[in-house]
Amino acid sequence: MAPSLEAPEPVEDVLANPLKQKPQLVAPEPEHCPGPESEQAGTADSCAGCPNQKICAAAPKGPDPDLPLITARLAGVKHKILVLSGKGGVGKSTVTCQLARAFATNPDITVGVMDTDICGPSIPKMLGVESETIHVSSAGWSPAWAMDNLAVMSIQFMLPNRDDAIIWRGPKKNGLIKQFLKDVEWGDLDFLLVDTPPGTSDEHLSVNTYLKESGIEGAVIVTTPQEVSLLDVRKEIDFCRKAGIKVLGLVENMSLFVCPKCTHVSEIFRATTGGGRALAQEMDIPFLGAIPLDPRIGMSCDYGESFFDSFPDSPACKALKGVVRDLAARIGLDPKDVMPDE
Amino acid sequence: MSLAKIKHIVLVLSGKGGVGKSSVTTQLALSLSLAGHSVGILDIDLTGPSIPRMFAIEDAKVTQAPGGWLPTTVHEADPLNGIGSLRIMSLGFLLPGRGDAVVWRGPKKTAMVRQFLSDVFWDELDYLLIDTPPGTSDEHISLAETLLQKARPDQFAGAVVVTTPQAVATADVRKELNFCSKTGIRVLGVVENMSGYVCPNCSECTNIFSSGGGEVMANDFNVRFLGRIPIDPQFLVLIETGRRPQYPEGTVINGQDISTPAHAAGSQGEVTDPAPLVQKYRDCSLAPLFGAITADVISVVGQAN
Repeated sequence: MAPSLEAPEPVEDVLANPLKQKPQLVAPEPEHCPGPESEQAGTADSCAGCPNQKICAAAPKGPDPDLPLITARLAGVKHKILVLSGKGGVGKSTVTCQLARAFATNPDITVGVMDTDICGPSIPKMLGVESETIHVSSAGWSPAWAMDNLAVMSIQFMLPNRDDAIIWRGPKKNGLIKQFLKDVEWGDLDFLLVDTPPGTSDEHLSVNTYLKESGIEGAVIVTTPQEVSLLDVRKEIDFCRKAGIKVLGLVENMSLFVCPKCTHVSEIFRATTGGGRALAQEMDIPFLGAIPLDPRIGMSCDYGESFFDSFPDSPACKALKGVVRDLAARIGLDPKDVMPDE
Repeated sequence: MSLAKIKHIVLVLSGKGGVGKSSVTTQLALSLSLAGHSVGILDIDLTGPSIPRMFAIEDAKVTQAPGGWLPTTVHEADPLNGIGSLRIMSLGFLLPGRGDAVVWRGPKKTAMVRQFLSDVFWDELDYLLIDTPPGTSDEHISLAETLLQKARPDQFAGAVVVTTPQAVATADVRKELNFCSKTGIRVLGVVENMSGYVCPNCSECTNIFSSGGGEVMANDFNVRFLGRIPIDPQFLVLIETGRRPQYPEGTVINGQDISTPAHAAGSQGEVTDPAPLVQKYRDCSLAPLFGAITADVISVVGQAN
């Protein structure tokens, strides 16, 4: 036995009460279980003969009573865009931040970024607001402001120590995401960008459920060129289709690398199967552009600086601007209004 | 418990996604196998299993046996060449189509992890490597819980933590190290992956994701630093197409000339090299680096017992 798991700390609490927010089951869920929290719990075809059937059927159901509250809270948000990828480390947060920064270069546009990566929040570091905390007022939680027109919300702001691990199971993560949407005073935003963790699990399902009513504009999907990554991204696109989320487009990140010494172009993550462009064609979704691998992007993220301000003439910056313009056009805005030419 | 015949269980963890957990797992497994150990890989990245792709066995299906599943064999033991067997179990094998999303909430993932740990019939194994998804959530909690309760203390060796050098990645991996200390998982060491990229044209090494961040983090947390692994596009090509790694003349790693001999270089572009992956991996520039890391891991695991 492991004594450390039994100590009365929140993390151990999670371990001891794994399935707190679903009905107390008498047997493990069968393979085709619709989910004890789901609407069909206890009534689906696969529930016949399950020892849990009665318990599941008796559990409270129906739409979440908080949904109208979320919709009211987000009434002033014009466009809600998810940034998704099945694969980790492809640059979801980087793309989210760069999109946010790009939108925010226009002083007439207000942008919000919501970081739903509970176990590995990167947004605050990348936007240079890592040491912020959340202020609570009667109107709700105030987000941190990275710029005058760029609001940020992340679990990082709630941690007593920067390196604290957030050891949470799904239901608890869902609870926090709901609070981010329901309790945060987002105000009037032109864009709310939602950064997500890799995969297709609790966070993604919750964001989708909670935002469905107030309307999701669509999802930007990020990938890297190699097949190992496309494999997971294909699953994510499948998820979007199943969940009814419109795919606004695919961004290929880390595409080509230009050696700073000899300017030789090499494919570090070689697109053996055609990369993002081929995948976009195969899945019939728009291809928004390819962003080259520039070490300076990573560097400016590490220091929380704006890549747009620091290296406005780099090819990566131009590629990003192209993505932003294309994206703006796809959600029915005039690209010139969103990102005016210099 | 199907883990009974396994000598050592090693987790491969990282708080951050895409830092190379699966490729480190793959290479650790290949190196251990080259060192003559029998190895198993359990892939519990339920929503994005990459291990089947790494070993080019995406079409493999799991064989059902009474009361459980049989892992897929990548290669059998070859005592003549001192190579140990390598077997794999991944959720990818259970999926109907390779593009299908697995949309599972926590409880279902928890149940699956438990089942994976208890219902796979591993034969006698020297090492079982468990490849994990990024984060510190359902899969990790269930894994820690199940292993700490059910595996023998001498069996559950600990975790190899993978990071990339940039601060954005180490920030997340620091959380993972705290997870390990809170749950009582021993950290065997930290591997810094994607540390530098050597331009194939001018051999200039660029630190794409900066360098040294993993070592600083290991020192901060007082855990062993196992080494730096550069990006080698030849390894990616080997994984994606099965082509034997080839290097221009004069490529020297750790004082060892690994450039491709002239007579073999004629087979450029030939992808149907029938040799098993483990043989081809020997020619990869990363193999000696991983050999050293593997030796380190083996000795640390040995110290525990």
